[in-house]
Amino acid sequence: MSLWVVLAVNSITFGGLLFLLSAGFSLIFGLMKIPNLTHGSFFMLGAYFATSLIARGFNFWAAALVGGLLVAAFGGVIERFILRRLAGAELAQVLVTLGLSFMVADVCLMVWTGDPIRIDTPAGLRGATSMLGLGFPTYRLAISLIAVVFAAALWALLDRTRLGAMIRAGVDDPAMARVVGIRVSRLFTIVFCLGAWLAGFAGVIGGPILSVYPGLDQEMLPLALVVVILGGSGSLLGSLVGSFVVGFLYNFGQAMFPELAYVVLFLPMLIVLVVRPQGLFGRPAL
Amino acid sequence: MKRLAWMAALVILAAVPFWVSGTFYVNIASQILLYAILALGVNVLAGYAGLVTLGHAGLFGIAAYAAAKIMNAGYGHVTVATGALAVTLVAAAVFAVLALRGTGLGFVMITVALGQIVWGVAYRWISLTNGDNGISITGRPSPLGLSLTTPARFYWATLIVFVIAVISMAIFVASPFGASVRGTRDQPRRMNALGYHVWMIRFLAFLFSAFWSGVAGLLYLYYNQFVSPQAVALTASAEALLMVIAGGSATLLGPIAGAGLVVVIKNVASGYIERWNFVLGAIFVAIVVFMPEGLVPGAVRLARRVRGR
Repeated sequence: MSLWVVLAVNSITFGGLLFLLSAGFSLIFGLMKIPNLTHGSFFMLGAYFATSLIARGFNFWAAALVGGLLVAAFGGVIERFILRRLAGAELAQVLVTLGLSFMVADVCLMVWTGDPIRIDTPAGLRGATSMLGLGFPTYRLAISLIAVVFAAALWALLDRTRLGAMIRAGVDDPAMARVVGIRVSRLFTIVFCLGAWLAGFAGVIGGPILSVYPGLDQEMLPLALVVVILGGSGSLLGSLVGSFVVGFLYNFGQAMFPELAYVVLFLPMLIVLVVRPQGLFGRPAL
Repeated sequence: MKRLAWMAALVILAAVPFWVSGTFYVNIASQILLYAILALGVNVLAGYAGLVTLGHAGLFGIAAYAAAKIMNAGYGHVTVATGALAVTLVAAAVFAVLALRGTGLGFVMITVALGQIVWGVAYRWISLTNGDNGISITGRPSPLGLSLTTPARFYWATLIVFVIAVISMAIFVASPFGASVRGTRDQPRRMNALGYHVWMIRFLAFLFSAFWSGVAGLLYLYYNQFVSPQAVALTASAEALLMVIAGGSATLLGPIAGAGLVVVIKNVASGYIERWNFVLGAIFVAIVVFMPEGLVPGAVRLARRVRGR
């Protein structure tokens, strides 16, 4: 009984992390049509930056904030100076982001060595909270809460603000958005930074439960791909639902079929692709 | 004239073990040829069909793993080769059915995901694939009674397969089927309106591409006598695609030149510096940004300009 509850809590936590990661991926893919293969690297970079910041005496939350911002700045530079030149050439963008992900991975290996680094759980959130007679790890509950808050904030940003309206217009019809005076190229930079920031931040707060090691980028990237294929690109709700589905499959899959967890993870994606190629909440391509 | 050039190239290639000194370089030549076969296979999809695949190391690896399993079960080389290629083609059919749900970016993303599944199985399904430790085979087989133990003999065997691959590609490019594949790349809707079965053309192109990738996987196993998850990682798929793009996609010579370039840089880089992945990534970025058409078309254009046209 308690094993299932623990698995469920872990699934929700992991789903929350995946949501932060894949919401950014989905926004970038939805708006700019770039399957950003450096997205896993953003996650890993965020986590590595945080380890260095914490080692220099930052507290966890300050490190999360600064680490996320550094990743966002890095994303902005990539968008502004490389991807901008390749506008419209989708294949070229795939290849450049893939090439960049190799470079980032190698630089990380050089700077932070090959040993896994643990990020300590922030002081106030150690131990367990008891609820309904069961003890839950406090930090995992906090991550779930952060994910919910971010989901609400992103929804509000996209659905209730002027910037959000412009982004939605850019996703739906970039040509028309340009005609009505929206500077789509600036939106691209903003969205790319936002996506990078979400991934970097997710990397930092995921650090205490995943620890940080070379290869983390390539471990997380396919998960984000699956979430976006499952949920439908450009859909926040799709990312949310997809993340929790993948979170549950990943944790329960590993507990029940340890050798085939990876396959179990991709099965629903394959089913969704066959039945509904645009994803659960995506709109069919015209 | 052109035929003469091809014959000369073939003679030079066949003589490689005589004029290069040391087994190290003969082995590198073998590597170039076997990766050129893989690149030619990837080029069928990425170049001629316009379907960029980042999962082909998966098919390459499936062939190598299948061959290793069959060989270690004690079967002869004919069973090994046909069995491994049959397994690869079945896997490729499944891959194609799934990946062809999308075109363009959808196709790329699905092939990445499929390639990662293969990697996941290779890495985690320890009872089948021995996980990170990989599978070894005991010695190279001797197909048709020919021993492949020396580097030169293996090189010649690879060269024969390579020549067959190049000829099959030349026939493919010139054939009506090749033309229809290029048609589905440039004008899928028009092809559909003209009564071509676009999906079936792409499906068959996928199988043709997978067949040669599988052959390359088989040669890879014979060459290394070992296969591990490294062979099916995303990096390996990316390297195969880089060979095609660096040399020039949708050309016959491009992928071959690209394979030579990537294998040489990889060996030089790993000999002097340990940062192969960084170099690989940097080449990717540089080629895409500065030379999007690839080396061979770029060189051809330069030659034309020099000749004063």
